[in-house]
Amino acid sequence: MKIDYIFYLLIFPGLLFISILGLLIGWVDRKVSARFQFRVGPPLFQNFNDFFKLLGKETMLVKEGVITIFIIAPFIAFAMIVLVSSIIGTSLFYNNSFGGDLIVVMYLLMINSVMIILGGSSTGNVYSSLGAGREIKLLLADELAFILICLVPIIKSGFQLQLDGIVSSQLQNGSYIGSLSGFIAFVVGLLCIQAKMALPPFHIPEAETEIVEGPFMEYSGTLLAFWKLNGFMLYVTFPFLLILLFWGGFNPEGPGIIWFILKYLLIVLLIIVIKNTNPRIRIDTALNFFWKYASVIALLAVVLAVFGY
Amino acid sequence: MGWYNKRLSKSIWVFHVSASPCNNCDIEILDLLTPKYDVERFGIKLVGSVRHADVLLVSGVANNKVAPKVKYLYDQAPKPCFVVGVGTCPASGCCFKKSYNVPGKVEDTIPINLYIPGCPPKPEAMIEGVVKLVEVLNG
Repeated sequence: MKIDYIFYLLIFPGLLFISILGLLIGWVDRKVSARFQFRVGPPLFQNFNDFFKLLGKETMLVKEGVITIFIIAPFIAFAMIVLVSSIIGTSLFYNNSFGGDLIVVMYLLMINSVMIILGGSSTGNVYSSLGAGREIKLLLADELAFILICLVPIIKSGFQLQLDGIVSSQLQNGSYIGSLSGFIAFVVGLLCIQAKMALPPFHIPEAETEIVEGPFMEYSGTLLAFWKLNGFMLYVTFPFLLILLFWGGFNPEGPGIIWFILKYLLIVLLIIVIKNTNPRIRIDTALNFFWKYASVIALLAVVLAVFGY
Repeated sequence: MGWYNKRLSKSIWVFHVSASPCNNCDIEILDLLTPKYDVERFGIKLVGSVRHADVLLVSGVANNKVAPKVKYLYDQAPKPCFVVGVGTCPASGCCFKKSYNVPGKVEDTIPINLYIPGCPPKPEAMIEGVVKLVEVLNG
């Protein structure tokens, strides 16, 4: 039992699997983005090279600022992403939700943003604090819509909060994406994860051209390597969560694994297409978009789900 | 260290230091980063913060006002950090050599590992220069 848990956390759906798959999917992202711009793009192991190079560089600490938070923020975010990925992964692949339900997952996913805010504001740098402030606003913007779309599978599965319950309910009754409310919630969810991962058009916190990487500006060496790794690991966590909540999870029988890989790649491709075809929006536009439109549409999906559509 | 140098040579993040240039080299550096030359296939990436940089691309003569700032930027960059002088100005001072506001060579302010001469150098020359730096790193 205990050995199983260690295996889940450290090897298969946890640390090792998530980091390697995340770095590889990060390469897919960079390569497809390069093809969008008629370029060749980086080689396959580029992200591994970047990560190991950053591990070996000197780590510089800021003179003014809270050194403790500055150092532990990337590691806490890393640990939380590994934990939430293990919870999602075990419910997908072993049908055993590892002691966590959907509410725990929502909380843990928020901690990454909170750590970016803390790490950014601990440096005492003006640009970093600006980025941290923008991250707070972005978190406020997307969280409401995200919680609303998480309500849809809960309602449709007969008020189950356990992730494995949601998966088995979908395996019996068909994916929620086939229904109207499920489809609307999936689309809104795709936009929410775009904002949660701070990808274009919502890369407002780390806008390179105006506030030079924002919260990550003062980070270097090992700490920066972990921030980069966290970003790539989210490319695995969030699509897995969307597949789990709306798209039928993972069916181990027959060609289920091929379908799972195709679903995963399709979601990643959609994220990359949105990323490459949209310019950065202002923070007020993002708030407008999420509060006036996305949340209302998500609420509509919840109402539709209550009435069984 | 050979293994680490190989990783470093495959992922060079450059930071652009404008030490009072005439802007010509800067335009060529920006040309280098356009899709046509696509340096990302060598793992080269332009970063906005000096804390992320592996290579500083210095262009210009570093006059009295800018030289302390260039020194400061070099100190703030995490080591190992390499400096590439782009253009004739860091190499020899070009036509600004005997100006009243130029304290001397850029070399006296920060150590420069590699020069790419030319006024301005072509993007192809810059790619060749960086490839030479990679060769040095690989031993």
